[in-house]
Amino acid sequence: MAEINGLGHSMKRKEDPRFLQGKGNYIDDIKLPGMLWLGIVRSPYAHARIKNIDTSKAAKIPGVAGFVTGKDLEKYNLHWMPTLMGDTQMVLPVDTVKYQAQEVVAVIATDRYAVADGVAAVEVEYEPLPVVVDPYKALEPGATKVRDDKQSNHIWHWGAGDEAATAQAFEAAATVVKEHIYIPRIHVASIETCGCLANWDPINKHLDMYMTTQAPHAIRTVLALVAGHVGLSEENIRVISPDIGGGFGGKVPVYPGYVIAVAASVLLGKPVKWIEDRSENLQADSFARDYHIDAELAADKDGRITAMRMKTLADHGYSDSQAAPSKFPAGLFSIATGSYDFQKAFVEVDAAYTNKPPGGVAYRCSFRVTEAVHAMERLVDIMAHERGEDPAAFRMKNFIRPEQFPYHSALGWEYDSGNYHAALQKAMDMIGYADLLKEQTEKRARGEFMGIGISSFTEIVGAGPSSQFDIIGIKMFDSAEIRIHPTGKAIARFGTKSQGQGHETTYAQIIAEELGIPAEHIKVEEGDTDTAPYGLGTYASRSTPTAGAAASMAARKIREKARKIAAHLLEAAEEDLVWDTNKFYVKGSPDKAKTIQEIAFAAYTNHPQGMEAGLEAVNYYDPPNLTFPFGSYICVVDIDRGTGQVKVRRFVAVDDCGTRINPMIVEGQIHGGLNMGFAPAMMEEMQYDEHGNITGGTFMDYLLPTAVESPRWELGETTTPSPHHPIGAKGVGESATVGAPPAFANAVVDALWHLGVRHVDIPITAPKVYDLLKKHGAALEE
Amino acid sequence: MSTHHIKLTINGQAAEADVPARTLLVHFIRDTLSLTGTHIGCDTTSCGACTVLINGRPTKSCTLLAVQADGAEITTVEGLAQGGQLHAIQEGFHQCHGLQCGFCTPGMMLSSVALLKENPSPSEDEIRWGLSGNLCRCTGYVNIVKAVQYAAEKMQA
Amino acid sequence: MIPPAFDYASPTTVNEALALLGQNPDAKILAGGHSLLPMMKFRLASPALLVDINKVDGLAYIKEEGGWLKIGAMTRESEVDRSALVKQKYPLLADTARVIADPIVRNWATVGGNLAHADPANDHPATMLAYGARLVAAGPGGTREIAIGDFFVGPFTTPLEHNEILTEIRIPAHKAGDGGAYLKIERKVGDYATAAVAVQINVDSKGRCMSAGIGLTNVGLTPIRTAKAAGLLVGSSLDDATVKAAANAAAEAAEPSADNRGSEDYKRSLVRTLTTRALKTAVERAKAG
Repeated sequence: MAEINGLGHSMKRKEDPRFLQGKGNYIDDIKLPGMLWLGIVRSPYAHARIKNIDTSKAAKIPGVAGFVTGKDLEKYNLHWMPTLMGDTQMVLPVDTVKYQAQEVVAVIATDRYAVADGVAAVEVEYEPLPVVVDPYKALEPGATKVRDDKQSNHIWHWGAGDEAATAQAFEAAATVVKEHIYIPRIHVASIETCGCLANWDPINKHLDMYMTTQAPHAIRTVLALVAGHVGLSEENIRVISPDIGGGFGGKVPVYPGYVIAVAASVLLGKPVKWIEDRSENLQADSFARDYHIDAELAADKDGRITAMRMKTLADHGYSDSQAAPSKFPAGLFSIATGSYDFQKAFVEVDAAYTNKPPGGVAYRCSFRVTEAVHAMERLVDIMAHERGEDPAAFRMKNFIRPEQFPYHSALGWEYDSGNYHAALQKAMDMIGYADLLKEQTEKRARGEFMGIGISSFTEIVGAGPSSQFDIIGIKMFDSAEIRIHPTGKAIARFGTKSQGQGHETTYAQIIAEELGIPAEHIKVEEGDTDTAPYGLGTYASRSTPTAGAAASMAARKIREKARKIAAHLLEAAEEDLVWDTNKFYVKGSPDKAKTIQEIAFAAYTNHPQGMEAGLEAVNYYDPPNLTFPFGSYICVVDIDRGTGQVKVRRFVAVDDCGTRINPMIVEGQIHGGLNMGFAPAMMEEMQYDEHGNITGGTFMDYLLPTAVESPRWELGETTTPSPHHPIGAKGVGESATVGAPPAFANAVVDALWHLGVRHVDIPITAPKVYDLLKKHGAALEE
Repeated sequence: MSTHHIKLTINGQAAEADVPARTLLVHFIRDTLSLTGTHIGCDTTSCGACTVLINGRPTKSCTLLAVQADGAEITTVEGLAQGGQLHAIQEGFHQCHGLQCGFCTPGMMLSSVALLKENPSPSEDEIRWGLSGNLCRCTGYVNIVKAVQYAAEKMQA
Repeated sequence: MIPPAFDYASPTTVNEALALLGQNPDAKILAGGHSLLPMMKFRLASPALLVDINKVDGLAYIKEEGGWLKIGAMTRESEVDRSALVKQKYPLLADTARVIADPIVRNWATVGGNLAHADPANDHPATMLAYGARLVAAGPGGTREIAIGDFFVGPFTTPLEHNEILTEIRIPAHKAGDGGAYLKIERKVGDYATAAVAVQINVDSKGRCMSAGIGLTNVGLTPIRTAKAAGLLVGSSLDDATVKAAANAAAEAAEPSADNRGSEDYKRSLVRTLTTRALKTAVERAKAG
């Protein structure tokens, strides 16, 4: 008998064998007969009028089959498309381009070599226009207007909290600290780029759309809404999301390339494949962050936090096309009060257009939580240092206490559960906090700078309850459908889509726990809209909180039917049956039992009269609340005073994500999340010059850490289950990416605080640190 | 553009074809030979997703012309398992959870195989150094290091 | 990304290769190809013919002969990295080969290509400047030697004629009291240097510096040799004050420009720090062997 491998088992992943043997099925692995290739000519300018497009030379290249321009799409009213945030963005421009690397013309050819030649041969004449890249300048009177169809470069204003009461609290405070904090523009850069293969069948008016999407059902609906008027009808659209080589949010948005591929397939009547190259991926696909935050924190004379205030300017590029819930233009930024107990807070965000690519939330983060956590954890550290208090003790003093949960935050969230003191204490014990403080003092006396940085974050994930959360009106539930076969094996299908998170294993384990069917006997499928139940997809750490809960709930429905069948088989009353692991037995007679496998067989062969045959269920789970994973991280750095290089000596991460379904997978998620916290903290930034030119649009300059730079992560855990999730799980994919950056920043500032350094913006590069050392007379001129 | 007739051995099988001079080896492997386990992740020879072994040495196959591989012995991820038996490195990646999305995994494993051949019991530093031509965005590398250590022990046993 | 179309030839002798180059003014030599092919993929280079010299026999070796360490131009960086001879007697070269690009690229990248490309960001040029190396080029009329100091005439520009091939690099053979080091600051593995410094010295039994060479990577339009800094060292006991003066002179010799890797000031400071540190290591190594 196979092991059940329910909750808490580090079962090896079921999806591994195909990936280990080169049999993964990624987008570029899919070929269809007669398939054409699509390539895109992109703008070298950040803002320009298109004077002329000459395709005559390209048309003569052998294999080039056609072109699509904005003017072609305009005929079908497909040159602009709506964004999820109520804005619009171009599919292809008719007259002006708004950012460097924007799509200008699509070339279609018989193979990837011919299409590259075709793209190189298209001649476009531009008239450069004035460019605005700084969002502060974009909002100045008389600034160059990015969008001709809008009143100004100001997109929206959003705020949360009590402004007046917060102002009062600041006036009454004993200590106030302020800092301007910039969270730079970054890019997820999954190792697989984006792509699609659109296959329009003109006879049946049917579209097969293979694409790198984290949200296949939402895409299907969007396609139907955007292109319904040209004949795409939702029952005839099948979106297939094959294996995905990393997503991290970058594969949620609808990029113009996807839409152009569909248009090209419809126009030419052939399958059309579009695969981005890395430069296109980095330069044009959805970015994340780009928040300029003025943050303030107030404390009373005892060092208790009394109020927080943040004013933020968000650079959205030329369109607000972030993939966030409709009612949350600044995402879940109002989690910014963090892990601390105080009741006066006010946050506001203004969004601006600039001549940069659109996007906004795509980097392993549940909608702006990273920005909020970074600002708050920096403020807390500055306050502790300013008051001469130990940052750990300061946090312990100000944490929300375990008995205060469920806790109502100043900005309106109900935190489900937490034990922040335990997590920080564990991290301090693991790293040997007291000894580090001693070592730091000794080293400082010798002129050696080491720093200890703490981050005690609270996440907010699992969007979300239908009362508040929707995307284009579709509520953010997610789904599971389970069918038990006569031999006791099962298939389960979900509205989510794994990009490496191990859903095929984790979901099977949840069902195994509920039904006692060994996880290895449960086949999990996702990513085909023709077969999977409708769901909103995988991002924002929502799969376990929503679809994972749906798996439990659907399995429990099955168990209730199984109870009826067992009662029939055992000739006992339903209420006399006891469920144990994988069987029902009659109370008091444990040998009178029917296993789930026996029950499954009976469901098809010997079900009670009057009952429907079969054993299956579906659940669309509408979470009653979000979940609030948390953790405490401690980082130790050593600074080279001769070069400004920061060496991360140790990094301890204690995470609490509630119940851990597969601890091995959870730890893998944390390792990866930590690396994607380290990268933007220390290395990655998407930079632009004053003309809007990207200065780092390849892997030569957009710096992903290798095994050499990456710290050696040390993990710890505490477990505080979510009270409202069926199995107490909270979600974990993004916690570490959200929580880690301030630990690095706090460590570096801690190392330099005695010099007078209060803050350094991420990424904390060697030149930045060296400049700080120099400014404060501490650089070694060896 | 000149076309060249090439003959090579891939995963122990002979293969031959006419290739235009500019055909990149990675496209020859993926498109002509339909061995899609070798992936493409960048344009700048940075990521290592396309790593294959050419006469035993790890090579970024996006930065080699197919014609340059004439006469070579190539190993791709599809050639690691023998007779239905996973290679020790594949077992290591599975047992130690050294992969998540799986996209960098073939290149990462092939680099590991070459590393272990040259240095059968590498230290953690040596493993990290040896794999620094391969980028992984999912794992944070911790479990990849463990996977290589697992394979090292298994291969020495 | 796809390179534009070109013809390809794979000669097996230097003479064949030279003839192909002679016949085709738009031909380029394909050595390791790890600079050229990416440039072609970005369509920044579009040669009509690639003359692949990977199958030319006899261009890959590392040997001591006639008072020189001779390195065949097609020797791969990984071979230099593996060489016991290099490890034992030429630590500056060993340091350098180890930090070029990444381990996979080093399996193809060649010492000759790294020099002939004349990219100021490449690592071997500074090292060869510090060593005072000589380069051997084969042309239609036979071979000629070029002193490394005459080699980097401009950005990506060398005195090599279109129909010449770099075939060998000669480093003065190790002698007692030699020591060297290469220190590179890079943002990550695989990156070009923010700045790097190559130092090669010889000390006598009393610790007096008999000769010195210092080369700088990626802090100017060409690789930079700092005769002034080296000159300050010669004759000194390599005391702290002299080392400091030499490091300052090296920093002054640098002509960096600001980019994503740092400001001019920062890069100059790095040159100073790295020169000091490299000299310390070089002295230790010189005294040890």
